[in-house]
Amino acid sequence: MGKTLLKKVWDLHTVRQLSTGQTQLFIGLHLVHEVTSPQAFDALRQRGWKVARPDRTFATVDHIIPTLERKRPFLDVIAEDMIASLERNCRDFGVRLAGLDDDRQGIVHVIGPELGLTQPGMTIACGDRHTSTHGAFGSVAFGIRTSQVRDVLASQCLAIEPLKVRRIRVTGSLHPGVYAKDVILEIIQRLGVRGGTGHAYEYAGDTVDRMTMDERMTICNMSIEGGARVGYVNPDETTFEYLRGRPFTPQGDAFERAKEWWRSIASDADAIFDDDVEVRAAELKPVVTWGVNPGQSIAIDETVPAPDQSDEPQAITDALDYMGLEPGQHIEGMKVDVAFIGSCTNARLSDLREAARIVKGRHVASHVKALVVPGSVGVSKAAEREGLADVFRAAGFEWRGAGCSMCLGMNPDKLQGNQVCAASSNRNFKGRQGSPTGRTLLMSPAMVAAAAVAGKVVDVREYVN
Amino acid sequence: MAPLREDGSGGQAVKRVQGRALPLRGDDIDTDRIMPARFLVGVSFEGLEKHVFEDDRKAAVRPHNRHPFDVGQYQGAKILVVNSNFGCGSSREHAPQGLHRWGIDAVVGESFAEIFFGNSVMIGMPCFTAAPADVRALMDVIEKRPAAEITLDLAAGTCDAEGFHCKVSLPPNARDAFLSGAWDTTGMLLDRYEEVDAASARLPYVTGF
Repeated sequence: MGKTLLKKVWDLHTVRQLSTGQTQLFIGLHLVHEVTSPQAFDALRQRGWKVARPDRTFATVDHIIPTLERKRPFLDVIAEDMIASLERNCRDFGVRLAGLDDDRQGIVHVIGPELGLTQPGMTIACGDRHTSTHGAFGSVAFGIRTSQVRDVLASQCLAIEPLKVRRIRVTGSLHPGVYAKDVILEIIQRLGVRGGTGHAYEYAGDTVDRMTMDERMTICNMSIEGGARVGYVNPDETTFEYLRGRPFTPQGDAFERAKEWWRSIASDADAIFDDDVEVRAAELKPVVTWGVNPGQSIAIDETVPAPDQSDEPQAITDALDYMGLEPGQHIEGMKVDVAFIGSCTNARLSDLREAARIVKGRHVASHVKALVVPGSVGVSKAAEREGLADVFRAAGFEWRGAGCSMCLGMNPDKLQGNQVCAASSNRNFKGRQGSPTGRTLLMSPAMVAAAAVAGKVVDVREYVN
Repeated sequence: MAPLREDGSGGQAVKRVQGRALPLRGDDIDTDRIMPARFLVGVSFEGLEKHVFEDDRKAAVRPHNRHPFDVGQYQGAKILVVNSNFGCGSSREHAPQGLHRWGIDAVVGESFAEIFFGNSVMIGMPCFTAAPADVRALMDVIEKRPAAEITLDLAAGTCDAEGFHCKVSLPPNARDAFLSGAWDTTGMLLDRYEEVDAASARLPYVTGF
């Protein structure tokens, strides 16, 4: 009987079964950032522990850094304190840091793959929910909390509960104007924000096979918004070609040997899955969230639901009230105040190319504040070389420095009051973008670009041809 | 003394806590009093021990009404004795962290707020409950003889203080976590570390293909 990638990677990394019913898993790569690590490093100091494997640990700064003015010390004393703590901790414990002035700096889930740190068959951990992004390479990547950051720093291991595997097969061709982001928003809408609890999501099918690594990362990134613990795609030639020649990728003969091993960890053709779901790509349209969790979404030409047509009327009423929407209202045409292209979900070069294609020769609506925040210094420089930055600037977008920015309101980029933001990010929770009454509409970066230009939610399919 | 390590158990087992005690009278002592909110802004828990009960301690009028945390004879105490609903209010982890960093290894009280209790388990600081009359008697013993050595035994569920004896209890799952060392995930993961090295040496990407 065949095995899934999850089972193969899990077994290879198992140290032992613990008395708690959990498995002790060795972690091949630990990515560290400034927000979830200070208390973990503190605990190491208190107990006199070292970082077990500094050679398998890599840190950067992303969550709290300003994207406009990077001068130190930061005006925000907590942000300054966090960055200074990370710098000191990396120095004291011998951890590599791509800091503020480093060309490798960026959102942790953008730089891991970009530098070739992220590789197939690895177990990866990071103190951030969206660590599932790295699963796009056929790794098993866990978002962990601070106490687990301490565990991984001190032991390079995690105590973790076993997972089931649900295969999600996406088949057929996506229409122009429909993107990986729409696929994952549709999956979360269908299976629910808690639908993946206790599961790994394996994304398969010919649509996924044809996707670029950037697209696969967008899908895996939001696995956790559907409740899954991890999400992954089996590694293939697309994966290997992406990794070839990156700074931390094996070189020469070692790369050929690595490819052989990477192929071997993919799910077997006769692997048994705990569950199987199919999504037909051709049926999908651009998706927009109307509510306060990523599962509350509709296709661009649909209307927001009415509480009395739902199993959870209170949740619907509550979300509609917060968003200022009426039951049965069209989402298309909803006025937006801010357009945000960025985040670990959609701030890679291909995302910026697609958005630039929409805005080229057009201009941001006069009432809209529009930002492009590249996912890394690497993405930023590449986009500048290609002239994308100029396209955005000419269209009236602000072109910012790399970081998490307005995805999460932990830095100066925040919504004001009850502004409505068309966002290429991953969470539309109440207050997520830094204003307690701010409203987020999640969509693809191309849809955000179109919304910025139109000043309202529009159907990007009318812009792409 | 430090919690005892059970041989080969993995995590650091807490079987017994022994030392002098500090009585802190009053019901519903909330986490804002244990650790005032203004000390939550730091990015780490380092130095929190300096701010334990800071506002209560400043408000206490010397010399007749010194706060127990400022009484000379209680310095170095390992066991805190409290009344009911200790640690209520906001869920800040900083409250048990501050107490533990000050030197407290266990708390005995009539009852505890649930979140405070859970946060204490995570740092290896058991919070035992005892009957109200026993808590009052224990406080009297300590106030009369601050140098008294108290022993809390987790498996037996007993508190002994030079002639004074009473029952103390922990919920079974918390007691098991302390006795087995399972509360201490990191310690458990560091146990027999040669097995971790062996597991990692099997991985081609660790050995460089």
